[in-house]
Amino acid sequence: MELLIFYPVAGLCVALALGVIFNNSPVGSAISLIGMMLGLAAIFVLQQAHFIAILQIIIYAGAIMVLFMFVIMLLNLKQGDDKGWASRDQNLLLSVLTGFLTLGVLYKIGEVLFSVDMDTPATLPDTFGTVAVIGETLFTDFVLPFEVASILLLAAMVGAVVLAKSKLD
Amino acid sequence: MLEETVPLSHYLMLSATLFVIGIVGVLVRRNVIVVFMSIEIMLNAVNISLISFDHYMNLSNGQIFSFMVMCVAAAEVSVGLAIIIAMHRNKPTVNLDDFNLLKW
Amino acid sequence: MLLKLTCLIPLYPLIGSIINGFFGLKIGKKAVGLVACGSMILSFLTSVLVYVGYLMLPEGQPVYEQVVWTWFGAGDFNVDFGFQIDPLTLVMMFVVTGVGTIIHVYAVGYMHEEFSYYRFFAYFNLFASAMLLLVMGNNFLLMFIGWEGVGCCSYFLIGYYFEKKSACDAGTKAFVVNRVGDFAFLLAVMYIFNVFGTIDFTDVMHAAPEKLIYGGEIVTIITMLLFVGATGKSAQIPLYTWLPDAMEGPTPVSALIHAATMVTAGVYMVVRCSVLFNLSPLTMTTVAFIGGGTAVMAATIGMTQFDIKRVLAYSTVSQIGYMFLACGVGAYTAAIFHLVTHAFFKACLFLGSGSVIHGIHGEQDMRKMGGLKKHMPVTYWTFVVSTLAIAGIFPLSGFFSKDEVLYHSLMDGNIIFWGMGVSAALLTAFYMFRLVFMTFHGESRVDPSVHPHESPKVMTMPLVILAGLATVGGLLGIPFHHWWHMHILHSWLEPVLHFDLASALQHSEHMLHQAGQHAPSWTHLLKPTEHQWWTELLLMCFSLAVAVVGIFGAYMFYIKRPDLPDKFTEGQWGFDLVQNKYYVDELYDDAFVQPTVEGSKLLWKECDAKAIDGTVNGTAKIIGWCSRKAQTLQSGFVRNYALFIVVGFISLLLVMF
Repeated sequence: MELLIFYPVAGLCVALALGVIFNNSPVGSAISLIGMMLGLAAIFVLQQAHFIAILQIIIYAGAIMVLFMFVIMLLNLKQGDDKGWASRDQNLLLSVLTGFLTLGVLYKIGEVLFSVDMDTPATLPDTFGTVAVIGETLFTDFVLPFEVASILLLAAMVGAVVLAKSKLD
Repeated sequence: MLEETVPLSHYLMLSATLFVIGIVGVLVRRNVIVVFMSIEIMLNAVNISLISFDHYMNLSNGQIFSFMVMCVAAAEVSVGLAIIIAMHRNKPTVNLDDFNLLKW
Repeated sequence: MLLKLTCLIPLYPLIGSIINGFFGLKIGKKAVGLVACGSMILSFLTSVLVYVGYLMLPEGQPVYEQVVWTWFGAGDFNVDFGFQIDPLTLVMMFVVTGVGTIIHVYAVGYMHEEFSYYRFFAYFNLFASAMLLLVMGNNFLLMFIGWEGVGCCSYFLIGYYFEKKSACDAGTKAFVVNRVGDFAFLLAVMYIFNVFGTIDFTDVMHAAPEKLIYGGEIVTIITMLLFVGATGKSAQIPLYTWLPDAMEGPTPVSALIHAATMVTAGVYMVVRCSVLFNLSPLTMTTVAFIGGGTAVMAATIGMTQFDIKRVLAYSTVSQIGYMFLACGVGAYTAAIFHLVTHAFFKACLFLGSGSVIHGIHGEQDMRKMGGLKKHMPVTYWTFVVSTLAIAGIFPLSGFFSKDEVLYHSLMDGNIIFWGMGVSAALLTAFYMFRLVFMTFHGESRVDPSVHPHESPKVMTMPLVILAGLATVGGLLGIPFHHWWHMHILHSWLEPVLHFDLASALQHSEHMLHQAGQHAPSWTHLLKPTEHQWWTELLLMCFSLAVAVVGIFGAYMFYIKRPDLPDKFTEGQWGFDLVQNKYYVDELYDDAFVQPTVEGSKLLWKECDAKAIDGTVNGTAKIIGWCSRKAQTLQSGFVRNYALFIVVGFISLLLVMF
């Protein structure tokens, strides 16, 4: 059952990711990215990480991508604004090759690191991945990172406002 | 067949693939916004890997970490897009190659 | 105790030089002159005191050494800064300080109108100090300091009128030619150290008969090298070309340096090393030939020159040739005797010529002089006295010294040497009186706008003193013993020149036998030469006659029939050759100077400009090129930067795993 869900969804995510980088218009890229994130949310659910899956949809697909859309609309970008990508670009070949190389490296590392058989998942308690459990861990063991994260968000907010402010003051 | 589970390495391969797609996107595309989106792809790939490990080892640390990653991603996107807007005010282009003043 | 004052003798002129050099402009001309002459007089008086102290030394001690400090020691090689007082040194000291003082006084008057008055006297005193160091040093290296010092001061003083290019060139020429000789001298000193392990005079001269084989290669090489050094300093063939050009300097310089003292340093050195020279018959013959040859050659050139100072310069070269001729036949006493008398009359002649030049406002060409006798009486009479001395007329000093040289060249040498000496004497008398007649007698050819006048007292007094010395100086050589070859100077210098030939030959035989070689037969050397009083009397009359013939010849050519010289020499290629100094200067120029200049230019253009500068500049260019290539990395394209980040990340991964 898992297999039936995982492989198609994974393939869809990869296809949509490729769609992000291959798309001509930025809006299309954004839509592909949203699709990919929704697919990833499904995979999270498959991994019993319900809370994270919901967060993925709410934060990523809901807030971040909407922000992207806003900016695209604000800058009034059209298709072909960036002159496509570059068959004339010297870096194209190099970049793609770099990509393949990275992939190979990562696979190799994976082989070495994870030669131990870890393919069977451990038995999970029922409460694994629920809001209650995660909240408890978050507010007891990881309360400091939590607070720091809130300060980070504050700084980001202030920074965004300052940077994007128009000069007519 | 229905009882079989997906081995961990497959999830990790998915994560690696998405990560590399993100890298190639950063290197190849000339539109600043799309480059940003590729960065988001990379972050998501990392998230998958974290969650998979948690699932297979019955830990909750990875999920917390993934939560933090999302948090940081949100902050980063907001500031980054603000920078792009500011840059767009100076030079009304989104072509990354036009922002080439950081040279000798 | 009085001998402790020795170290002060070269010190006084040195202090005078420093005072004049640094403060001369501030203290004014009068003070500069006082300081300069005062320091020389102090040196002279101290020399007298040292002489008295030397006389009081106990019987068995011929030499007094005063080591002031140890200069340096490097392993086995120890050199002291020390002075040595022995009879030879005392003679030289008196000549340098005495004649030096007189010439300093003269220079006060002669240089009076010069602007750089203080510079002249600073150099002049420095020269005196260096010369005293030369004659008083107790080892070869200290003598070499003085040797170089006088060469250096000669350069400064010849080029005193540095605005004239000819003066600068002359100074450079003097220094460079001297340098060639100095190189040979240094090689000799190094060889001496190699053989003896020390360079002190007393040690070397004592050890020489025991360490060096008579006539062997070592001693011949050492003495040949020493002699080459002497030819450079004393202007003999082949290194004499600098002395005529050195007349560019002021006249007191010519008098002191190029007549009385510096050029005699070579003779002093040979006499000081007489032990070494006595051990090498080949070198002695060479010295005699070169001395005699130079005497004749310089005399021939002197006959044809028209510049009054040039004639005197060639005469100096010729007279020093006489001194070397005497050294070459072993008559060292005669050489020193001639050195002393030569100092007197040559200095007087130079100063007299200076007085003449001063009186007719700078004219030096004899063809524009004449009839100056009535305008400059004192100058004229002192000049005539000195000329009679140099020509060798009885009873002036020059007669005795020249006659002694000729006598020994015949008795201890052979007839060729004597022949060279006699011909030089004939020519000397001729051209010196030519000079007198052309300058002082006959019709006045002086430029009408110039009014000749006598020089001031401060210049004529030294002339009178020197002329007096030239007259009575012969007393040094008058024999008081009934054998003619023993006289005051000889017995005075005996401790220095004492050389036991018999024991030296014995040592040499011993050394040769030890080396397994056969000693040649030296018995012929031990035969004593016979001195008969009538031989010497005959020779004296002969040389006197030769001198008179020379004077008569000059009289004929320049007084009685002044048209003769031109008729004689018109169109003669021989005359042109001689007048152009046998084209020796041109020969040296083509053979040595031009190749050196061309070689230097080549080295400059190829090695220095291309290779060395090229390497340095090239390194800079390479670095620039690399930088330019590296600049392309910073293109400003953000995506390139991102690419590099990723590539670096992958490399790290590869390295770590």
